[in-house]
Amino acid sequence: MSERATSIPPEEQHDDQDAESHADGDDTTAGAPSADAPVTGDGTQPEPVTTGAESVVRALENAGVEHAFGVQGGAIMPVYDALYDSEITHVTMAHEQGASHAADAYGIVSGEPGVCLATSGPGATNLVTGIADADMDSDPMLALTGQVPTDFVGNDAFQETDTTGVMTPVTKDNTFAADPDRVGTDVSEAFALAREGRPGPTLVDLPKDVTNAETDREPDEPATPDTYEVTEEADPTIVASAAERIGNATRPIMLLGGGVIKGEASEACRKFAIKHEIPVVTTMPGIGSFPEDHELSMEMAGMHGTGYANMAITHCDTMIAVGTRFDDRLTGGIETFAPDAEIIHIDIDPAEISKNIHADYPLVGDADTVVSQLARAVETSPQATKWRAQCQQWKSDYSMAYDVPEDEPIQPEFVVEALDEATSDRAVVTTGVGQHQMWACQYWTYTEPRTWVSSHGLGTMGYGLPAAIGARLAADDDQEVVCIDGDGSFLMTLQGLSVAVRENLDITVAVLNNEYIGMVRQWQDAFFEGRHSASDYGWMPEFDKLAEAFGANGFRIDEYDEVADTIEAALAEDGPSVIDVHIDPQANVYPMVPSGGDNGQFALAEDQL
Amino acid sequence: MSGENEQDEPNGSGYRRGLDGPAPEERPTPDGRRNEQGIRIDPEVEAKQAPRRTVISTLVEHEPGVLSDVSGLFSRRQFNIESLTVGPTTDDDRARITLVVEEPDPGIDQIKKQLRKLIPVISVRELESDAMRRELALVKIDADRPAEVAAVTDMYDGKTVDSCPETATIEITGSRQKIDAAIETFEQFGIREIDRTGTTALARGTQSTAAPASTTESTAEAASHPQNQYAPADDD
Ligand SMILES: Cc1ncc(C[n+]2csc(CCOP(=O)(O)OP(=O)(O)O)c2C)c(N)n1
Ligand SMILES: [Mg+2]
Repeated sequence: MSERATSIPPEEQHDDQDAESHADGDDTTAGAPSADAPVTGDGTQPEPVTTGAESVVRALENAGVEHAFGVQGGAIMPVYDALYDSEITHVTMAHEQGASHAADAYGIVSGEPGVCLATSGPGATNLVTGIADADMDSDPMLALTGQVPTDFVGNDAFQETDTTGVMTPVTKDNTFAADPDRVGTDVSEAFALAREGRPGPTLVDLPKDVTNAETDREPDEPATPDTYEVTEEADPTIVASAAERIGNATRPIMLLGGGVIKGEASEACRKFAIKHEIPVVTTMPGIGSFPEDHELSMEMAGMHGTGYANMAITHCDTMIAVGTRFDDRLTGGIETFAPDAEIIHIDIDPAEISKNIHADYPLVGDADTVVSQLARAVETSPQATKWRAQCQQWKSDYSMAYDVPEDEPIQPEFVVEALDEATSDRAVVTTGVGQHQMWACQYWTYTEPRTWVSSHGLGTMGYGLPAAIGARLAADDDQEVVCIDGDGSFLMTLQGLSVAVRENLDITVAVLNNEYIGMVRQWQDAFFEGRHSASDYGWMPEFDKLAEAFGANGFRIDEYDEVADTIEAALAEDGPSVIDVHIDPQANVYPMVPSGGDNGQFALAEDQL
Repeated sequence: MSGENEQDEPNGSGYRRGLDGPAPEERPTPDGRRNEQGIRIDPEVEAKQAPRRTVISTLVEHEPGVLSDVSGLFSRRQFNIESLTVGPTTDDDRARITLVVEEPDPGIDQIKKQLRKLIPVISVRELESDAMRRELALVKIDADRPAEVAAVTDMYDGKTVDSCPETATIEITGSRQKIDAAIETFEQFGIREIDRTGTTALARGTQSTAAPASTTESTAEAASHPQNQYAPADDD
């Protein structure tokens, strides 16, 4: 039945991957006849596949996958066995959650789906957080999970979980692979789906009998199913009326979301904004889509956005929103969100149009394509000299400048700025979730897409370190990878240090250590009369020593005058470094729009809440 | 190394923390406002949309998991679903899922869009108000008064499918309202059990139920003029 079977020239002998030891198999059913034949690299014809597992790995190779992150286990062993002969570099993680975050970050930085693997049962459930995170942030990711053999499914077999059932609400699509002849194509298709249209995580659940089974069926090339349709170009009549609206605007802004970066539309948006001199606000996932050092940049808006971004959003009369889903952390209360503005909403996902905020000009299509359509259609730039002056005025009125009282503990803003200064423009920043994440948004000046890697929609503490591992492998060698972490967040996934050390990954973790679940402590001070219920750690391990115990480089900062030198020393190390930065435990994140509040009424200090 | 944060009160340390700039009350606020659906409010028409009942027919791949994809979507997004029926079609690889939902227009719009996003969903169509809709119900009642039961059964074009000295089970087919009415009438005899299939539906005449709806359903139209978009649906 396989028409695609190819005849293979006698293969050249090639260097085997020199991985340490072959995992001990506990399973010998349906063994692959030619399992130890070497697979050739660099362009020569690869060996034909002989098992379902080999076709899974072949599908990954065909898709150009270079790295995968995961943890071994019974049900996924056949796939790992096939990986053993592949050129794909597998990074064994310390925890499957880390594998999912690493794959997510890999996808953000590279633009191609990051791949993670786990065994059935607990392996699969440990992936859930990272998959849900990728789903919320529309990050391209492919997860492959082992499953108990098909005959055992439904019998509560050892390490059986209804993985597709668990994953359905948090994946873009998932498949239970039931057919060895089709399993490779299932993986190809899942890879394509993760990447095409609005990206997202996909999953293929791989029962062990299916991966062990014999098949000579090569996977199809990665392609989305026929029923999957993506609109590339927006309706030209709406483009024309939106263009006219832009021409007539007097208080225009562009609001750039994560879709700008995923849709590779940063350049088109940049050109458009600069040509028509339109101030630019970003969402949190949109950070990096427009250079924050540009005069037109108003930086990030929303709950902890800059005051000037929130003023611009509130007072604009025309908003060109690109690739954003108008999350509540961005909009605050809907009644007060851009109340005067006509909204031009560009998004590849029709379901985002008028989901949270009504779109007056709905433009469904690929961000880059539609912004270019719009660029061609706009004939006159908005007359907005006064508005731009107003925006500049807000920038000085609500400056983000902060005090550095010498006799006080270190202010976190200072540390973020020092890290930014010590690194290149293309340095990649990852974070945990909490106050430190907000300071990392506010005080680092981002100028390039794909340099900001964070957990936005799900807000997952513990994202930072595994994300740094994934980002490191996706980034260029000359890009530094810095994880700005919180003490609480770091504690959640710091076992990943073992991976960073083993793989000698050049990453720098700066833990902004306030010995608090700081963001919660800030809310308790503001909204719960300062009752610090379960937010005061009171004690934290010494992270520098902990790092050393893992074999990483450990540093500690307590005083202002140590900041610059220690950061420099940590960055100079080749492998992973951890800087335990003891910051002011009482430092708070401002400005702040309380949940559901009016963006224009942001508080600059606690007494304004 | 720890325990230095004695000042537990909010803002315990000396200086005021925060950023500079005019306080909230010194800032002008724009005049406009948006309603719950994020639509700018024209003071004349502050439209608050009432929910309406409608039938959505979807053609899906006949594969495991589709039904849970669809039903999961409804629970996850808190859409109000009244009935869901599923069955095979002329094509072995495809099944039809017919949904009766009750939502305001923006909700119905979202339901359709979210359904379309599911990969195994092939087509989604909101049926026009003239579409044919039928439901089947089995009503098991006490058979103390057989003659009266027979009369009511007749009145609703019902069929007796089972009877014994104690009970009779009647099959009723028709619109949801007809079945509601029949059940209400049967109540006088004492109803023991009911099973209803939920609404099945097809578009009228030569139209294909799977085809995109004939009326404009472009996102543009739907988004700009939700009110004008749909005729109120009444069951036949
Ligand atoms: C996995 C997870 N659990 C709980 C939370 C709730 N939460 C949000 S911020 C935060 C505090 C984070 O503490 P830390 O990492 O030290 O950051 P800080 O706010 O102190 O900078 C908590 C517990 C979360 N976001 N994620
Ligand atoms: Mg903390």
